[in-house]
Amino acid sequence: MTKIAFPQMGDYYIPATYLLSHIYPNDQVIKAPKITSKTIELGTKYSPEFVCTPFKYTLGTMIECLEKGAQILIQMGGGCRYGYYAELQEQTLKDLGYNCKVINLVTEGETNIKRINKLLKQINPKYSKLKTIYYGFITMKMIKYMDTIDNYIRENIGFEQIEGSFESLKEEMLIEFSHIKNYHHLYKTYQKYLKKFHKLKTHKPDNRLKIGIIGELYTIMEPFSNYYLEKSLAKHHIEIKRFTNVHYLLIEKPKEYKKYKKYAKEYFHYCLGADASDNIARCKYLCENDYDGIIHIKSSFCTPEIGAMPIISKIANQYQKPILFFSFDSATSKTGIETRLEAFYDMLEMRKEK
Amino acid sequence: MNTVGIPRSLFYYYYKDIWTDFFDSLKIKYIISPVTNKEIMDKGLKVSNSEMCLSLKNYLGHVDYLKDKCDYILVPRISNFKNNNQTCTNFWVVYDIVKNLFDVNLLHYNIDLEKGQTLKKGLYKIGKTLNKKHSQIKKAYKYAITREKKRLKKNHQISQNKLKVKKTKILIVGHPYNIYDELIGKDIIKYLIKNKIEIIYSDKFNPKITNHLSKEISKDLYFKYSKDNLGAIAYCQDHINGIIFISSFPCAPDSLANELAMRKINIPYLNLVIDDNSSFTGLETRLESFLDMLGGKLND
Repeated sequence: MTKIAFPQMGDYYIPATYLLSHIYPNDQVIKAPKITSKTIELGTKYSPEFVCTPFKYTLGTMIECLEKGAQILIQMGGGCRYGYYAELQEQTLKDLGYNCKVINLVTEGETNIKRINKLLKQINPKYSKLKTIYYGFITMKMIKYMDTIDNYIRENIGFEQIEGSFESLKEEMLIEFSHIKNYHHLYKTYQKYLKKFHKLKTHKPDNRLKIGIIGELYTIMEPFSNYYLEKSLAKHHIEIKRFTNVHYLLIEKPKEYKKYKKYAKEYFHYCLGADASDNIARCKYLCENDYDGIIHIKSSFCTPEIGAMPIISKIANQYQKPILFFSFDSATSKTGIETRLEAFYDMLEMRKEK
Repeated sequence: MNTVGIPRSLFYYYYKDIWTDFFDSLKIKYIISPVTNKEIMDKGLKVSNSEMCLSLKNYLGHVDYLKDKCDYILVPRISNFKNNNQTCTNFWVVYDIVKNLFDVNLLHYNIDLEKGQTLKKGLYKIGKTLNKKHSQIKKAYKYAITREKKRLKKNHQISQNKLKVKKTKILIVGHPYNIYDELIGKDIIKYLIKNKIEIIYSDKFNPKITNHLSKEISKDLYFKYSKDNLGAIAYCQDHINGIIFISSFPCAPDSLANELAMRKINIPYLNLVIDDNSSFTGLETRLESFLDMLGGKLND
């Protein structure tokens, strides 16, 4: 029996655990512990000095997983240097004396079916391809449903009448999602909760503030790494629009990219790597629609986003939209972020009153 | 008569000879920005974003210097060389950043072999933009490429010969736009020459040999220029006394690739990361102690 683990990101550990435990019924999937400041400390200690922050976060989680007995670690890749993390992380862990294997599913932002098949065989040679396709399909749908509901929550959580009603319902839903039997069951559960969410009472004033969040994918999707930015915005009764989620990255991206390129062709001509060009187009979209402000978040040293930042701030300048840039590091203080957020929020309020 | 401005940074160090030969042959006037000085660097720091890597800031400084001195500025974009040979994403964005930050005419081409965009197509496009005849461009391109091939062969030969010299040999691992830049790496090189060290440059080897060898250090690496560097390490590991890594702060591929190399090699190395505040005095102390250490090892 092999023990498999993977660094978690947001709530997506639920579909990922679901998929892995169905592909490998005889192996054990270990749930990574929630990221804490200790995780970051561990990760930072063994990481190169100026690597981007997701490296430090995932390395810290990996060490904690290994402490729990994991033998195989799974890492996803991205279009930037994220795809190269796995090799250095494996070497670092080996130098620390752990006996483990890091498997990297995506490199250079491309999903190659043949390669993935080979890698999945490395975990357990007796895995069933048919099952993988079937459960892969269910997992994709689960991710899609989760993202749709998350989008609804983001728009409404700031205006809930009973505090915590959205969060508790979401937790309930996630627990039920992790015990899904088949696709039909999943669909039924999704419909049930969609209705329940729509029934939750909200009070949405007409002159509410609307903010769009753009930026680097890991920092956006892992709430600990952005210091629960969405939560603090919701406390201020703000409607949130966020574009990046796993469903977007896996399925919609190639199609959307072409649209984005056409839409913002005066600002960029070539693909800028990772999500940078998408964010430029999204910035233009937020400026042209009735959003009150934009928040751009990224981990420090994220190269593609740094390249996009001068262009994004130029767009915001042209449209006279307030924009706030956050660069999160392992040493960022929460108070500093809150002070800046409050000032930004006050400024938006004053603009609105005018 | 059109004048083309060439910023002396980033791409210049890879394509300078091809460009100058190509323009010479077409009788196009061009100016190259001067070697980096404090003024250019300060301009770059002013226009750029504070988190950009030092080399990109430097590049923007050079563009800023050229902006009112010529009709066109040559800013290419390099994305990949096929088969897992990507470049750093900064090479992808430079064109769009320059276009958005400066109000100048740009000459640009795209190298993206996965999509069939080659250097040849790029140079033909530039020739056409400058109103040259097809036959002229063809001749100029051929001229530039043959000369470049000869030069590369010569460089590779020189590096090979250097490996046989009986002096303390140090391999400099870094990107050419850092090593040869007057403000970033030149002082280090000068110091080493003064101390009678034989310097071998990691970018002056035949990539056909080194890129393959880089797999010994890193299997999954997909950055072309880092492959050159790591391959050079694997190639001359047994013939050299020490390695000096030079990178600009915060270089994305170097942060991972160099770290991996440092964990795998077993010869003395020194890692120098240069940012806009580095003073040479600090570097000198480190270089001095590194050379002392190498000397001590040699005397054993």
